[in-house]
Amino acid sequence: MNAPLIYTIVTLAGIGTASAVILYFVARKFRVFEDPRIDTVEKALPGANCGGCGYAGCRAFAEACVKENDLTHLFCPVGGNDGMEGVARILGLEAVKKDPRVAVVRCNGTCEYRPRVNKYDGVMTCAIIHNLYSGETGCQYGCLGCGDCCVVCDFDAIHMNPVTGLPEVTDEKCTACGACVIACPKNLIELRKKNAKDRKIYVACRNEDKGGPARRSCQVACIGCSKCFDVCAYDAITMGTNLAFIDSDKCKLCRKCVEVCPTNAIIEVGFPPRKAKPAATENTTVNQ
Amino acid sequence: MLRTFRLGGVHPPENKLSANGQIRELPLPAVVSIPTGQHIGAPATPLVKKGDKVKTGQLIAKSTGFVSANIHSSVSGTVTKVEGVPDASGYPRTGIVIKVDGDEWEEQIDRSPDLVRSCALSGPEIVEKIASAGIVGMGGATFPTHIKLVPPKGMKADLLIINGVECEPYLTADNRLMIEKSREILVGTELLMKALGVEKATIGIEGNKPEAIRLMKEAVADFRGITVEVLRVKYPQGGEKQLINAITGREVPSGALPVAVGCVVSNVGTAFAVYEAVQKNKPLFERVLTITGKHLQQPSNLKVRVGTPLSEVVAFAGGLPEDTGKIISGGPMMGKAVASLEIPVTKGTSGVLLMPGEESLRNPQQPCIRCSRCAANCPMGLEPFLLMTLTEKTMWERLEKEKVLDCIECGSCSYTCPASRPLLDHIRFGKAKVGQMVRSRKN
Amino acid sequence: MSNILTVSPSPHLHSSDSVRKIMYRVILALVPAFLWSVFVFGWDAVRVTLIAVAACVGIEYLLQRFVLKVTPTIMDGTAALTGLLLAFNVPASLPWWIILLGSFFAIAIAKTSFGGLGANIFNPALVGRVFMLISFPVHMTSWPAGRGAGPDAVTAATPLGILKEGLVSGKPLSQIQGSLPDSVDLFLGTMGGSLGEISALLLLAGGVYLLFRKVITWQIPVSILVTIALYAGIFWFISPEKYMDPLFHLLAGGAILGAVYMATDMVTSPMTGKAQLIYGAGIGIITMTIRLFGAYPEGISFAILIMNAFTPLLNSVIKPQRFGGK
Repeated sequence: MNAPLIYTIVTLAGIGTASAVILYFVARKFRVFEDPRIDTVEKALPGANCGGCGYAGCRAFAEACVKENDLTHLFCPVGGNDGMEGVARILGLEAVKKDPRVAVVRCNGTCEYRPRVNKYDGVMTCAIIHNLYSGETGCQYGCLGCGDCCVVCDFDAIHMNPVTGLPEVTDEKCTACGACVIACPKNLIELRKKNAKDRKIYVACRNEDKGGPARRSCQVACIGCSKCFDVCAYDAITMGTNLAFIDSDKCKLCRKCVEVCPTNAIIEVGFPPRKAKPAATENTTVNQ
Repeated sequence: MLRTFRLGGVHPPENKLSANGQIRELPLPAVVSIPTGQHIGAPATPLVKKGDKVKTGQLIAKSTGFVSANIHSSVSGTVTKVEGVPDASGYPRTGIVIKVDGDEWEEQIDRSPDLVRSCALSGPEIVEKIASAGIVGMGGATFPTHIKLVPPKGMKADLLIINGVECEPYLTADNRLMIEKSREILVGTELLMKALGVEKATIGIEGNKPEAIRLMKEAVADFRGITVEVLRVKYPQGGEKQLINAITGREVPSGALPVAVGCVVSNVGTAFAVYEAVQKNKPLFERVLTITGKHLQQPSNLKVRVGTPLSEVVAFAGGLPEDTGKIISGGPMMGKAVASLEIPVTKGTSGVLLMPGEESLRNPQQPCIRCSRCAANCPMGLEPFLLMTLTEKTMWERLEKEKVLDCIECGSCSYTCPASRPLLDHIRFGKAKVGQMVRSRKN
Repeated sequence: MSNILTVSPSPHLHSSDSVRKIMYRVILALVPAFLWSVFVFGWDAVRVTLIAVAACVGIEYLLQRFVLKVTPTIMDGTAALTGLLLAFNVPASLPWWIILLGSFFAIAIAKTSFGGLGANIFNPALVGRVFMLISFPVHMTSWPAGRGAGPDAVTAATPLGILKEGLVSGKPLSQIQGSLPDSVDLFLGTMGGSLGEISALLLLAGGVYLLFRKVITWQIPVSILVTIALYAGIFWFISPEKYMDPLFHLLAGGAILGAVYMATDMVTSPMTGKAQLIYGAGIGIITMTIRLFGAYPEGISFAILIMNAFTPLLNSVIKPQRFGGK
């Protein structure tokens, strides 16, 4: 054996041992105690980091769950009731049950129903257009069509339909995290109760103008005529400023309001086609 | 070498098509719609209701709150409705619609063209009169003038600057006003000086208005303490902070008011309105604006009643050219593109520009080549490329640190960008977001 | 109203400048120096330049079309300019396949893989050149004899090469000086060297044009050249028998080409004037350190690339002077 070889081995071994010892003490000194349940809870969560729970990611939500020791105000919309059940089991707590929800776009102002009256030329994001002016159509409440909602969706659940110029939600993928609700500057997206077979009935309009101007700017605008309000037997419909709203928690999906709506602003989705009535009036339903 | 402001600036083609057009009066329209929010601050409260008869110059909406301004009827006629009138953004705002049946003025208004120089009123009385006449900054910012004239406690102005720069391309209304009404403007300046309690006033005019400079220089000989400063042509010299810097060399600190460096700036149009209000008892209900465009038959300077629809203004100047692609209320650098000609002229409408179709579209956007021209041309010394990126990444805190709130939205960055990037679009949005954030922090 | 109006945020005017115009102006500024190189090196100069430009444009087109699947943007002139600068930085006798490799490295590795136009950290042409210099040192340093080298010469070393070789072999400076061209020759450009770096006069003329058209700012070229002159001047002042004079160092090698055309590349240079001065000074110092003490006779390519790496730091540390921010 020659000297350089020995020197090398000794030096390397020395450095290695010294480093190991230093590391050991540093690790001891800076050790942070963390509740091991946080890791377990985090594993039970979907890991989408969407922020739908109101926390900055799943880890933060897991920390909150462990820290609060009470799940009444904590809910992960992505994991849903099953997911929260799992979290509750880990922590030995009671989870709140919530009805599953789904995002619904409350505007049906397609290119056909709502003609463009000017042309926007600038950065194509809804937020910037909204900052600038009322939009390309006569309706200042309607969808701007630049897809800010699609950009923020972490679940690939909302896409612009190039034909209608409106976003469409894929119900199976939507987790009701609410990112699109925040992103929409016109507040068009609502999280509504998820019904069997993805059925839903809603007012696809947010236009608060009086009947005349509303109708002029969009053929399928809600004109605030209150017919639906009168016909609803379950108190599910409330009238705002020239605008009807159907509460999805109270709605029993009877479809009466759809029939009476004179502008087809109320939309039904997921129902079987109706039998043709013998004396079908002008105001019968139109499927989306 | 003529003076100008220190940092940045651009020089777009001037295109002052209507520079030689005498101010003409636009005939009264059939209907006027007068928005109650024509100024920065709280909209005024309507004092009239449907069916009321009003006279020209009558107070029809009263200032509410600290930052607000009175609104007067610009015609005589009958109020037909008090409801939504679209603003330049297309959103309906409360407004008073009056069907015109003549032009009967309130008796106290002096309609003679004679110059009235002497004024017995004291400073606070002048401010009072300006406030009741509903005068706002006529350069486009529409900040109520009477508030500017009473600096916050502990601050004292020593110089009044009258803005006759008109750095926006195409616009010539201020230029014509200075040529045709130079003495009236100077009397108005005197009144403003009295109201502020300052001994000195300077009128800043860019070198591209030789006639206005000549006439104003002739006229100031009769007025004590007023001087004319000829400035080098550079946009955005009409910006308050830039103008103060160009004339005095002082720099308004970030986030502070101009009076912090002892200056108050008013537009020549405002000075003229002050003259009319104080000496002639005439409230602010009409203004001079430029109607212009490369293909317009008669680019001209018109005296227009507030509330007149833009369509009437365009029709008087020869009608809408066939190939119009964009209609801008204001100048091409800072004006607002409007979607319809039905919106009314307001106190802050300094011009209407009709852009031909081929000029109205933007160039396709290219990647940033980091040429740093936006930063070199920024009159506030900001870094627009960085502000745009930070806005896109929604990094609001960092954006605030990079002084996005100092941006005056002059558009020099977007104008100069060789890659045609929409810098100001993003920055304006980021500024709005940061503004919200800062306000919510205060509450 | 019959026609639909356009609505867009202000400003509604745009200057007539564009990326393409900027690039074509730089190319135009390089044309006189190119013509001179044709005069000095003959058709070889045309051959090298054509191959480099065609390769850069072609590679960018192919990458954008088939790899990235985006609309090719070769008409903006950036790839052509990279090719031209690449050609300017190599000997006129370089074989075609090395040029092709260098072009590929410049466009594919240094530019496109960083994200294309505007996103690259290092100057693509220089990355290509340094790649070739390190991979093919022999080819990259055999300089063809130009018109000024006399009728019999086949190859001629660059002045900096002669200097370095002489000093390394231990010859005194006075002896080496005899074989070096004088300043007038250097200024006009009749010595051996890379294709485009020889004529200081024409390169400076192009630089003045670029300054006039506001394509470049004065800070970078001036700070580089001043630093080189100062650095060389100090050493020359201390021992003129060991070091060459500052004028020689300014005119020889790629100092002017680098200072005016390579270091001023917008994408890879800092934004504010102050940062540009620091950046230029850094380039000058590194260049002279390599020239006087390094193994390579010329160091400006390395110097620019090293300072390119500091550009993001300079940008984030040195802010422009804010209005009213005192």
